[in-house]
Amino acid sequence: MSDISANGPVGGPASAPGKPKVSIIGQSARMKARNRTESIFKVLGLSAILFSLAVLALMLFTIFRDGTSAFFQTKATFPITLSAEVIDPAGNRNRDDLAKQTTMTYNKVINEAFLAALAANGIKTDDVPQKEITEMISKGAAGELRADVLADPALVGQTIEPSIVLGGRIDGYMKGRVTRESAERDSNVTLGQLDLADRMKEAGMLATVWNWDFVTNTDSSDTRPETAGLGVAILGSAYMMFLVLIMCVPVGVAASIYLEEFAPKNRWTDLIEVNIANLAAVPSIVYGILGLAIFINVMGGQMGVEALKMSASLVGALVLSLQTLPTIIIATRSAIRAVPPSIRDAALGIGASKMQTVFHHVLPLAMPGILTGTILGLASALGETAPLLLIGMVAFVANYPSAPWEGGFSDPATALPVQVYSWASRSDPAFIERSNGAIIVLLVFLLIMNLTAIFLRRKFERRW
Amino acid sequence: MTVLPLLMILAVLAAAGFILGRQRALALAGGETKKLHSLPAYYGWHAAIMAFVPAFFALIAWLLIQPFFIESAALSHLPASVLEDSTSSTLAMSDVRKIAAGLDNAVYQGALTETDIDALNASEGDLRAFFGTVGVALASPVSPEVLSAAKQYRETVASASIVRAVVILLIAVAALAWALKLTAPDFWARNRVEKVVLWLLMLASLIAILTTVGIIWSLLSESFNFFSQYPIGDFFFGLTWNPKFGGGSDLGFIPLFWGTIYITIIALLVAVPLGLFAAIYLAEYASRRTRAWVKPMIEVIAGIPTVVYGLFALITVGPFLRDFFSAPMGLGNSAASVMTAGIVIGLLNIPFISSLSDDIINAVPQSLRDGAFGLGSTKSETIRQVVLPAALPGIAGAILMGASRAIGETMIVVMGAGAAAKLSLNPFEAMTTMTVKIVGQLTGDTDFNSPETLVAFALGMTLFVITLLLNVMAVWIVRKYREQYE
Repeated sequence: MSDISANGPVGGPASAPGKPKVSIIGQSARMKARNRTESIFKVLGLSAILFSLAVLALMLFTIFRDGTSAFFQTKATFPITLSAEVIDPAGNRNRDDLAKQTTMTYNKVINEAFLAALAANGIKTDDVPQKEITEMISKGAAGELRADVLADPALVGQTIEPSIVLGGRIDGYMKGRVTRESAERDSNVTLGQLDLADRMKEAGMLATVWNWDFVTNTDSSDTRPETAGLGVAILGSAYMMFLVLIMCVPVGVAASIYLEEFAPKNRWTDLIEVNIANLAAVPSIVYGILGLAIFINVMGGQMGVEALKMSASLVGALVLSLQTLPTIIIATRSAIRAVPPSIRDAALGIGASKMQTVFHHVLPLAMPGILTGTILGLASALGETAPLLLIGMVAFVANYPSAPWEGGFSDPATALPVQVYSWASRSDPAFIERSNGAIIVLLVFLLIMNLTAIFLRRKFERRW
Repeated sequence: MTVLPLLMILAVLAAAGFILGRQRALALAGGETKKLHSLPAYYGWHAAIMAFVPAFFALIAWLLIQPFFIESAALSHLPASVLEDSTSSTLAMSDVRKIAAGLDNAVYQGALTETDIDALNASEGDLRAFFGTVGVALASPVSPEVLSAAKQYRETVASASIVRAVVILLIAVAALAWALKLTAPDFWARNRVEKVVLWLLMLASLIAILTTVGIIWSLLSESFNFFSQYPIGDFFFGLTWNPKFGGGSDLGFIPLFWGTIYITIIALLVAVPLGLFAAIYLAEYASRRTRAWVKPMIEVIAGIPTVVYGLFALITVGPFLRDFFSAPMGLGNSAASVMTAGIVIGLLNIPFISSLSDDIINAVPQSLRDGAFGLGSTKSETIRQVVLPAALPGIAGAILMGASRAIGETMIVVMGAGAAAKLSLNPFEAMTTMTVKIVGQLTGDTDFNSPETLVAFALGMTLFVITLLLNVMAVWIVRKYREQYE
C-alpha cells in the first residue's frame, strides 16, 4: 500500500502538488514514520525484557554483595589455659560437675587469656580501657568454649589455641560494614577498639575466616549477631520438606489418578475440579489462618493432640502440604494426560484391568512429569513464609529440634525463609548480613531442586 | 504405646500379610498359578490391605474420639463453678493437660517417680515453680482440683493408649486372619483389591474438598465470633484502624482496604506494561532460540521466594525511592511506602502476566495476522490493531489474576509497606494492607478471644472472598474467550 500510494492522493505530504516526485523505491515520509513506530515498538518489547532481567540481576547482586560475608567470621586466635582449679574445682573431670561452672567462669578465663596474649604479642593496649578490650570478644564465645570442654573433659588442664569469635562490630569493621565514622555514632563500639583490632590484625592474632558456624549454629539473641546461625532453620525446613513429601505426594498422585482416569463426568467431579483450580489461587496466608484455627486451636488445643503445637514443624508441614497439594495435582494430571491413549488401549486390549493399565503402564510413563512437578511444588513450599509466621514458626528457637524418632517433628523449629524475615526485622545491621546469607543458602537449595527438575525433564521427556 | 510405633507394627503386619496371603493362595492351588483366579500377588495385596486399612482407620477414629472421653473424665474432678462457662473450662482443661505433660517430663527427666506423683499434693511447696523447672510454664498456681484432674488425665491417657494398642492390633490380626480364610483359588482377589484402591483414590481426591471446607469453616466460625463482639457495620465502613490492648479499639476496614488497593494499582501499573511488552516481544518478534533462553530466565523471577523480594524492598528499593524521589520532592521520608511495596510486587508479577499473556497471544489464530499483513500492515500495526484486540479478553483475565495475587501478597508488604493504617493519596507514605494486619494481629501477644485478634479472621475472610471472586471472574473471561476461536 505505502509504496504504490506515493503518487496517489493518500500519499501524504510527499506527493503534494508542486513538490518533486519521489521514487517508488524510496520510502515516503509516512512509511518512514510507520517504520519508526515499528522499531520503537520492538525496542519497547525488548527493553521490557531487559529491564525485568536487569532488576533480577540487581537483586541477586545485592544479595550476594551483602550476604557472602555472612559465611566469614572475624576470629582471634590465642592460647587459653584451662586451669583445672578454675574450671574443675571438684577435680574429678566429671561431666556433671563441670557443668556446674557457668559461662561466667569461662568468660573470665577467656578475658584473662586475651589480655595476656595481647601483652605477649607486644600489642599496645594502654590507650584502651581494659573493659573495652574484653568487650571486643563476642558474648557467645564463653558458651562455645564451655560446650567444647563439656564435650571433651580431657581438655581441662591443657592449654588450647581455639579461634574465639569477636563481637559483631569488630567483625563488621573487618568486613568494611562498620566504618570509623559510623563507629563514632555507635554506642556499642569505640574507636579505641577498632584501633586495637587493626593492631591485632597486623600482629596476626586476628583473621576473617570461613565460618561453618553460620550454617550449623542456632539462632542467637539480638546482642550477639556474630554467633547467629541457620542450624535450626535448615533442620526445620528439612523436616517440613520430608513430611510434605510423604504426606502430600501420595495423596496428590492418588487424587490425580482418580480424577484423570476413573472419575465419572458428573457434577460432583466438576465440583472437585473447580475446587482444585481455586485452591491454587488462594493467598498463602489464608492457609496459615487455616493451620492456626484447625491444626493448632481445634486439633492441638480442644482435641488435645499433643503433636500439634505452635512452631512445630509437623504443623508447618501440614499447612504447606495443603498449600502444595493443588500444584502437585495440576502437574500430575497434565503428566498423566500426556500419556497417549494408545498405551491404555494396548494394555486393555491384551487383557489388563483398568487398574493394572494405570498402575503398570500409565503411571510409570507419567513418572518423569510427576517427579518434575513434585520437585517444583516442593521448591515453592520451601520458599513459603507467610503461613509459617501465623503458626508461630517466627518465634525465637534456641535449641535444635530432636531427631524424628524422638518426636522431633513436634519440637519447635523455624524455617529458612522465616529466618530471613526474622533477621531482617531486627535492628542491628549485622543481622541484615545474616539475612542475606540465609537467602544465599535458600537460593542454593532452590537452585539444586530446580536443576534436578530440569535435568529430569531433559533426560526422561518423551515426545509421543 | 504411642502412635508411631503402632503404625510401624501395622506396616510390619501388612508386609507379613502380603507374604502369607500370597503363599497361602499358591499352596491352595498346589503351586499352579493358572488355577488361581487372580495373580498370586493380588492375594498378598488383599491380605496386606485387610491387615492395614481397617486398623488404620480405626486408629484415626480412636484418636479423634478419645480426647472427648478423657476430658470428660478429667473435668469431673474440677469444681462446678469452673465448668459453668465454656471459656473457663477450656482454660482449666489446657492447664490440666499442661500439668500432665509436666508430670510426664518430670518422670522422663528423673525428677519424680510414679509413687512421688501419687503423693504429690497441691498445698505443699510451690508446684508452679517446680513445673517451671521441668519446662512447663503455668499462668496460675496449681489448685488441688486441677492437680487431681491432671493425675486422673495422665492415668486415663496411659491406660487408654495401652487399650488402644491392644484393640488396634486385635482388629489388624482379626482382619488378616479373615483375609487368609477368604483366600482360595476361586476367590476374586484382584477385584476386591482394585475396589479398595479405587476407594482410596477417591478419598485422596476428597482432601481437596476438605481443605476448602476447612478454610471456609475456620474463617467463618472465628469471623462470627468477631462480629458478635464487634459490630459488622463498624468493621466494614469504619474509617479508622486503631487497635488497643485494653479494648475499645477502632477496627475499621476501609484504611486497610485502601492500602491494599493502592498497592495493587501500583503493582499492576508496573507489571502490566512490562509483562505485556515482554510477552509481545517473545510471542511475535523473538527468534526460537532467544525465546528458549529468555522465557525460563523471566520465569526465574517467579521462582524466587517472596521473602527475598521483601528484603529487596526493605534494603534496596525503599531507601532508593526515599533518597532519590520522596525526600527531594518533599513527599515524606519513609523508606517503607506504598510505592516501594507496589513496585516490588509489580516486578514479582511480571513473569505471571507475561506467561499468561504469551499463551493468550499465541492462541490468536495465525489467519488473523496473515490477513492484516496481506492488507499491508506492519508487524506492530498488526499486533496493536488485530492481535491485541483479539486477545483483549484473555489479557483482561490475566490482569485480574495478577490483581488477585497482588492483593494476597504478604511478605513484600509486611517488609516494604509499613504498618500505619492511613487513608492518604501520597504514594510515598507508609500504609498498610489486609495481609499485613492479619500477620500483625495473629502474631501479637493479645488474648486469642479478644476482638483485636479475631479481626484477623474477618480480614482473612474478606481477603479470601475478594481473591476468589477475582479468580472466578478471570477464569470465566478466559474460558469464554478461548471458546471464541475453538
